[in-house]
Amino acid sequence: MTRYVLRRIALAILVVAGVVVLTFVIARMVPGDPAASWAGPHASAEQIARVRHQLGLDRPLPEQIVTYFTGLVRGNWGISIHTRQPVLQDITARAPISIEVVTAAILLAFLFGVPLGLISARWAGKLPDGAIRVGAVLSVSMPAFWLALILQLVFFQRLHLLPVAGQYDPNLDYTSPLAQYTRMPVVDALITGNWIVLWSALRHLVLPAVVIASYPLGVFTRMVRASVLDTVSEDHVRAVRALGFSERLVYSRFALRSAWVPIVSVTALVFAYSLANTFLVEAIFDWPGLGSYAADSITSLDTPAIIGVTLFIALVYVIANVIVDLVQAYLDPRIRLT
Amino acid sequence: MIERPLPVPVAARSRIAGYLRTNPLLVVGTVLSLLIVLVAVFAPLIAPYPGDAGSATHPLHTLTPPSAQHWFGTDQLGRDVFSRVVYGARVSPVIAIFVLLLACVVGIPLGVSAGYFGGVIDDVIMRITDVFLAFPALLLALAIAAVLPSSITTVTFAITVTWWPWYTRLVRGQAASVASRPFVEGAKASGISSARIVFRHVLPNSITPLIVQVSLDVSSVILTVSALSFLGLGAQDPTPDWGLMVNQGQQYFTTEWWLVTFPGLAILVTAVAFNLLGDALRDVLDPRRLPSR
Repeated sequence: MTRYVLRRIALAILVVAGVVVLTFVIARMVPGDPAASWAGPHASAEQIARVRHQLGLDRPLPEQIVTYFTGLVRGNWGISIHTRQPVLQDITARAPISIEVVTAAILLAFLFGVPLGLISARWAGKLPDGAIRVGAVLSVSMPAFWLALILQLVFFQRLHLLPVAGQYDPNLDYTSPLAQYTRMPVVDALITGNWIVLWSALRHLVLPAVVIASYPLGVFTRMVRASVLDTVSEDHVRAVRALGFSERLVYSRFALRSAWVPIVSVTALVFAYSLANTFLVEAIFDWPGLGSYAADSITSLDTPAIIGVTLFIALVYVIANVIVDLVQAYLDPRIRLT
Repeated sequence: MIERPLPVPVAARSRIAGYLRTNPLLVVGTVLSLLIVLVAVFAPLIAPYPGDAGSATHPLHTLTPPSAQHWFGTDQLGRDVFSRVVYGARVSPVIAIFVLLLACVVGIPLGVSAGYFGGVIDDVIMRITDVFLAFPALLLALAIAAVLPSSITTVTFAITVTWWPWYTRLVRGQAASVASRPFVEGAKASGISSARIVFRHVLPNSITPLIVQVSLDVSSVILTVSALSFLGLGAQDPTPDWGLMVNQGQQYFTTEWWLVTFPGLAILVTAVAFNLLGDALRDVLDPRRLPSR
């Protein structure tokens, strides 16, 4: 096991190094002279040369990569052009806000996807299965940005049921101010027992969470269905049946158990995918997380910020994958040996 | 002894008939996909106002709701939304096809080399693909498209850069398993050239899973293209791209709902169609898998 863990971590470090180099290359793909665009349109040749020297752009390329790398390790991820703040500081301030909505979305997807997949497998080929499979295809095929707009139109504009944007009603800041600990309003409100803000925050969370949940919901439903169908035909489940356990127990207890491993393994992937999906959704809901930050950086051509967010999510993804692999190796000894 | 590469198994034809009967969803997917292709091909005949898909404007007919003349209403420049949605079938689906072709052109040779030759070549190629696969697809494509000037070429390039490693990985697995089989070892021992072995044995044996994967990926790529267009990184006005149309309709959508609704529906229907088609192809071409009942 130790050997497997070490090998897996060594591989991850290699990948991270590659990810850093790749983001460096992308940052350099910006057409035109970065020093000239940094210095502004009216800069003289001498000023541009000075900026080039300050940014280290006159150094040889390998040296630039090393400087970039050591900067990243020391927490120097560059300065955002549009917020004028260190990029890493912007990211750490906004990441919890996105993680809150993505976590809520994954929980939703999980709560609905697992039972739906189970029902689908239990009545495979029957009407409920057909309906659920259509639903699953729809939810993985859904353009998130469009669903966001349509849900706003229906639930805010037409039905007046849910708020349109923001994390909670800003007027509550005067009547029942929320203490900021985690920057996740739902968590902060829970910790401090601020029930009025909690209710408002939950209502604001519904639409963005539902939109982001769409893709993982379809993925979970399909996976649970497929792995349950695979398992019910296996010998040990047939033995359980033969012993006279009810169909309900056969499915919910024995067949579902084997579905957990693939679900765990896909969760890391789905989490990172959903973090990237916030780029499309957060701006629509005025949700001030990483997604809005990235969308703003894209419109203002803020390369350091774009690269910073990309690097951050890729790192989250790599780490999540390592954790998943280690958990799987722990659960299933066969993996360690390969 | 040389094993002939198996094309589509003979039994496939009867299986296809069987699936169509037992699985109406696959019929729906196939019919819808065909329909989208037909719409794209015959767009000039279907669209009532072909000029509106281009630079035509009608300042006197802006933002009219759906009616008998304009089934999907008109947009902020008075253009017929239905005509633009019809012509949209020529934009993001075509970009998706180009992306997948290019990804195969880059991915397959790398995958074959890694799997067939193994050793250091394999290690180097696969570690590079690992790096690309360390990003969620949308994220990497977005980062690349964001730093380049917005255009269809940029989107195609950005998504291709993101997509090829999947095919390298898939083909590498297939090639490695074929390369270790006795008939290939025999061919090598009898002095047949590597190129011949690759083209006669390794590639044909990798092609079926590749076709299945590519067909399953069509809708993911269309969704990614639309997402980039929605963020303004892809096609530019007056190109009738669905994602771009949703973006442009966004500021009017609380009152003029049709601007966002119909192009978005087109994206959804297309993605659903190709997803179902991909499932169908997988069931038909891959006998090892149980059919999705």
